[in-house]
Amino acid sequence: MRLLLGVLLAVLLNACAGPQLRGTGDLGLIIERATGRVTLVSTSSQQPYARIEGLGDLSHASAVYSRDGRYAFIFGRDGGLTKIDLLEARIVKRVMQSGNAIGGSISQDGRIVVAQNYTPGGIKAFDAETLELLSEVPAEYAPGKFSKVVGLADVPGKKFAYALFEGGEIWVTDFSNPRQPKTQRYPAGVQPYDGLVTPDGRYYLAGLFGEDGVAMLDLWQPEKGARKILENYGRGQEKLPVFKMPHLRGWSVAQGKAYLPAIGRHEVLVVDVATWKEVGRIPVRGQPVFVMARPDGRQIWVNFAFPDNGKVDVIDTLAGKVVHAFEPGKGILHMEFAPRGENVWLSARDDNKVVILDTANFAKLGEISADSPSGIFFTSRAARIGF
Amino acid sequence: MLASKLVFTLFLTLTATLGGARLAIAAEPDAVRQKELVRLVRQDCGSCHGMTLQGGLGPALLPAELRDKPVEGLVATIYYGRPGTPMPPWQQFMTEAEAEWIVQKLMSGFPN
Repeated sequence: MRLLLGVLLAVLLNACAGPQLRGTGDLGLIIERATGRVTLVSTSSQQPYARIEGLGDLSHASAVYSRDGRYAFIFGRDGGLTKIDLLEARIVKRVMQSGNAIGGSISQDGRIVVAQNYTPGGIKAFDAETLELLSEVPAEYAPGKFSKVVGLADVPGKKFAYALFEGGEIWVTDFSNPRQPKTQRYPAGVQPYDGLVTPDGRYYLAGLFGEDGVAMLDLWQPEKGARKILENYGRGQEKLPVFKMPHLRGWSVAQGKAYLPAIGRHEVLVVDVATWKEVGRIPVRGQPVFVMARPDGRQIWVNFAFPDNGKVDVIDTLAGKVVHAFEPGKGILHMEFAPRGENVWLSARDDNKVVILDTANFAKLGEISADSPSGIFFTSRAARIGF
Repeated sequence: MLASKLVFTLFLTLTATLGGARLAIAAEPDAVRQKELVRLVRQDCGSCHGMTLQGGLGPALLPAELRDKPVEGLVATIYYGRPGTPMPPWQQFMTEAEAEWIVQKLMSGFPN
């Protein structure tokens, strides 16, 4: 009888324990660029909970998320595309999709993952479930001439917008029929280096390296073509050398204004998103790389290219100037805000750690050790256009 | 006219020879500095050329790609940059001799 009770109790306990359930809304990952590894983290506990190895060359790697935030698709520099499961902390599938890649994106409906490639230049679409290749669009901008693809962004309607560095064009490819994509081309300017779609999905902006200005395409009226904004912002002055290309994403838009890195100038350019006119420029302490708005738009955090990559400037959008300038670590490569922005995570590559700061008072809340950390990606990106 | 062309050619040959000689006798950076330069190339040149130097926005810098390129041209590219391309001048961070050391290492297989 006693034995029977014991067995019964054990069975009951087991049933109660069951599989441990958890959501994905507060998870994320840190790219460890030199070791081909990602560290999985919780933004609630501010602690790592797992590490996954074997992802290849992760220098300049980036990640996008499935709609449920459970799976991350990681695009490695070596052309590797890896799908990982954040809940089971394992690699689900890994394919080598090109020789040299620079990032990727996921469609509005979460069904198609698109990689953008330098070599061979173009984009490739994969089934998000199986990573089966669906179709590819070579960036052949003139007969026999292929361009590196930059600035790939998902835009509404199963479309992707991107820019061609050598081709000087913006392309928009429609994957309504994923195996037979249709592409529209728009002349943009000299050497687009990256691109972004505004958080509402309406405008695609391509930053230009070869000339002072930004190309802008209204995706609601694409037949009007791309036009230049911020033309001649350098006003013919000699450019300062750029030791690292800036990165653009929809995080640049805050409070009806876009905050964009100037090329070859130690400035952040401010543009009114209603008129697309320059409304200001804010001096900062180096060539900006990431110019990122806190999710509420009150602050803009700016990091810099070598040799100023230990500095971070914080702009208050109400005051319109830098209100906090500091050196939070060595080799600050990337910044990621908690979903609602109460804290920010900075990767300090040369300190081999990620530093977590309170955005209200800049106090340090904690740190996570990581081997040459670069990109930090939280699952809150899953629900945002252009991330 | 012909004479001046000849003088010019002679001048070019001489400079090239001198340049070559200078390359050969360029002092190696000390061990600490070598480590710094390796890190600079891998991490910072790497943001465009790739940490494994297989190329990115900038071209690959592996021995096979560089084999047929003149050393002086590569040194000048590092030191002075290449106008019209994103390649910036690195002269504020290294001497010309250090740029030469980097080129020689790139051509023979760059250390980790």
